[in-house]
Amino acid sequence: MESIITDLGFDVLFKGNNAMRLLEGLLVALRISMIAVLISLPLGGLLGVLMSLKRKGIRFFGRLYLEIIRIMPQMVLLFIVYFGATRAFGLKLSPELSSLIVFSLWGTAEMSDLVRGAVQSIPRAQYESSAALGMNTAKTYCFVIVPQIIRRILPNTINLITRMIKTTSLVMMIGIVEVLKVGQQIIEANRKSSPNAAFGVFATVFLLYFLACYPISLLSRYLEKKANG
Amino acid sequence: MDLAVMGEYLPRFGEAFLLTLRIGWAGIALSLLIGLAAAFIRHFKIPLLSGLMAGYIELFRNTPLLVQLFFIYFGLPKLGFTVSPELCGAVGLGLLGGSYMAESFRSGLDAVPPAQSLSALSLGMTRRQLFVHVVLPQAFAISTPSVVANVIFLLKETSVFSAISLMDLMFTAKDLIGLYYDTTECLVLLVLFYIVMLLPVSLLGRKLEKKFEFGRSGT
Amino acid sequence: MDKKNEVILTIGHLKKSYGDTEVLKDIDLEIKSGEVVVIIGPSGCGKSTLLRCLNGLEKTDEGRILLHGEPVDPKSAGIFRMRERIGMVFQSYELFPHKTILKNITLAPLKVQKRKKEEAEAEALALLERIGLSAHRDKYPSQLSGGQKQRVAIARALIMHPELLLLDEITAALDPEMVREVLELVLSLAKEGRTMLIVTHEMAFAEAVADRVIFMDGGSIIEEGTAEQIFHYPKTERLQRFLESLKFD
Repeated sequence: MESIITDLGFDVLFKGNNAMRLLEGLLVALRISMIAVLISLPLGGLLGVLMSLKRKGIRFFGRLYLEIIRIMPQMVLLFIVYFGATRAFGLKLSPELSSLIVFSLWGTAEMSDLVRGAVQSIPRAQYESSAALGMNTAKTYCFVIVPQIIRRILPNTINLITRMIKTTSLVMMIGIVEVLKVGQQIIEANRKSSPNAAFGVFATVFLLYFLACYPISLLSRYLEKKANG
Repeated sequence: MDLAVMGEYLPRFGEAFLLTLRIGWAGIALSLLIGLAAAFIRHFKIPLLSGLMAGYIELFRNTPLLVQLFFIYFGLPKLGFTVSPELCGAVGLGLLGGSYMAESFRSGLDAVPPAQSLSALSLGMTRRQLFVHVVLPQAFAISTPSVVANVIFLLKETSVFSAISLMDLMFTAKDLIGLYYDTTECLVLLVLFYIVMLLPVSLLGRKLEKKFEFGRSGT
Repeated sequence: MDKKNEVILTIGHLKKSYGDTEVLKDIDLEIKSGEVVVIIGPSGCGKSTLLRCLNGLEKTDEGRILLHGEPVDPKSAGIFRMRERIGMVFQSYELFPHKTILKNITLAPLKVQKRKKEEAEAEALALLERIGLSAHRDKYPSQLSGGQKQRVAIARALIMHPELLLLDEITAALDPEMVREVLELVLSLAKEGRTMLIVTHEMAFAEAVADRVIFMDGGSIIEEGTAEQIFHYPKTERLQRFLESLKFD
């Protein structure tokens, strides 16, 4: 048993505080995605509501913003902000700040589209029947419209969170020491004593990401079933 | 922005573009094959395999491509499976994409109303005729928008190939920025090439969606 | 059409349950060639299930269904051949959304009966002419009204030359002003001497078209007779109550 663990390179995980370091690396990535989520949800919600209004100008610029963000790979956006901002404005952005900017811009775009779709999908008759019951605008939104919107966007919003978590793995490419980078460091440091560490470490990282995302995916699916059923 | 510098870099970006495109489309082709096979297995609930496919789909949908590539490229050789960066990129993208395509095709298959099968059967069709002439064409039409969305998603995901030392667009941009500090020129070229790669698919997707609009309303 | 009064369909001791609920309790019924039989009854009385069983779309638990002495059995290999001989039209039309009107009609003759394309198309066009939809041959189902779709569904069943036609609440999903065009088509089929088994909620239509009316309730046949007997001189209390429930005053 012990030899299998060594052969597969899982032994490094038990050396020193390597396992702990990997977990901390994962937390670095998770923290960035969580902050980006916290910024994106309200901003995206606001933008989405604005885009559902019938103002041509707002709609045009909102749409443009969404299309530009959507067509570019997040990796390219990261490069543009990290390298480009320095060049264009003479700002030296840290990798952390760059990634927060990019993921928030992206999350806001995706969130706004969800909210816009949900607002527009509420039938006119819902507003009219609320008015017919004597509700004023505030009450209509508070008791009728917003609860329906939230129910509709909740599954996809939670799904967006898993997408954010997965995307944060990219930050290692602009030099943030997160779980993949920590993994590489561990493999490098133990290359003599555990030559097969690459398998064990990356299999563990694989599993760690799965454990972080899968429960959230399940929650999203459960909510979707509930909303449809 | 210096156009002369951009002209100088163009051939290198062009090469990187072709490499990215080649591996990207190879991975997408693979993802379609894997996705179709997995979707059929799941739809027909083939024992054992169906559970296996469910596990595969969940695992790859809930992990980032970058991590999958690291595992395949650096981890698997320790078990004796050494892969070239090109093959690793295509296989990794194919496996990631397969898990997404499988869900697209399966939801298409599941979305064909059971009553359609009954009506085909009432005309004397066999199970096979029913599947080929009635279920499959509708399932494909229903899945088309999400398959196209997956293709765009996968083309964008190619941007992490540089992590396994493939000389793709990102790698080239990073390399040239590091060497000569022509940041603006490189970033502009990078963006332009990705637009060339993605815009046609995006426009084609919208066209296809319109074409297959028959029928969600009213059979 | 052919020899009247020859029994073509025999249902004997047919039983079916979903879990603990018995939906068909010992049904016996014979249908003769050229006969139009209408089944009426409250929702959930088992009439639609019976129709599905007759086309082998539902498994039965006990009893037998014979078409010209041959069993209709969803588990047998011959079921596909039997379904060709029994046409069925559904409440929700179920045209194939990815095929044009013409191709909806010709799909089964071409693929199932392996008929020649020219011949199948010629007959399909003649049928389209008859139902007044020739101009729509190249449209898709989503471009048609409900009444038009249902007429196409009937044509799609007719082209197979079925010996028996099953119509399952074919007007239930239609707007009131479209009901008539569909029912008139069915009436004209009845006049030609087609053998039909019809489930419907349109009582006036049932009265006009039926040679024989069957009242089902709770999975059993409660009463049967001519339209006159059933609608004007109901014998059982259950039928009386059912007919009463359809009136407004």
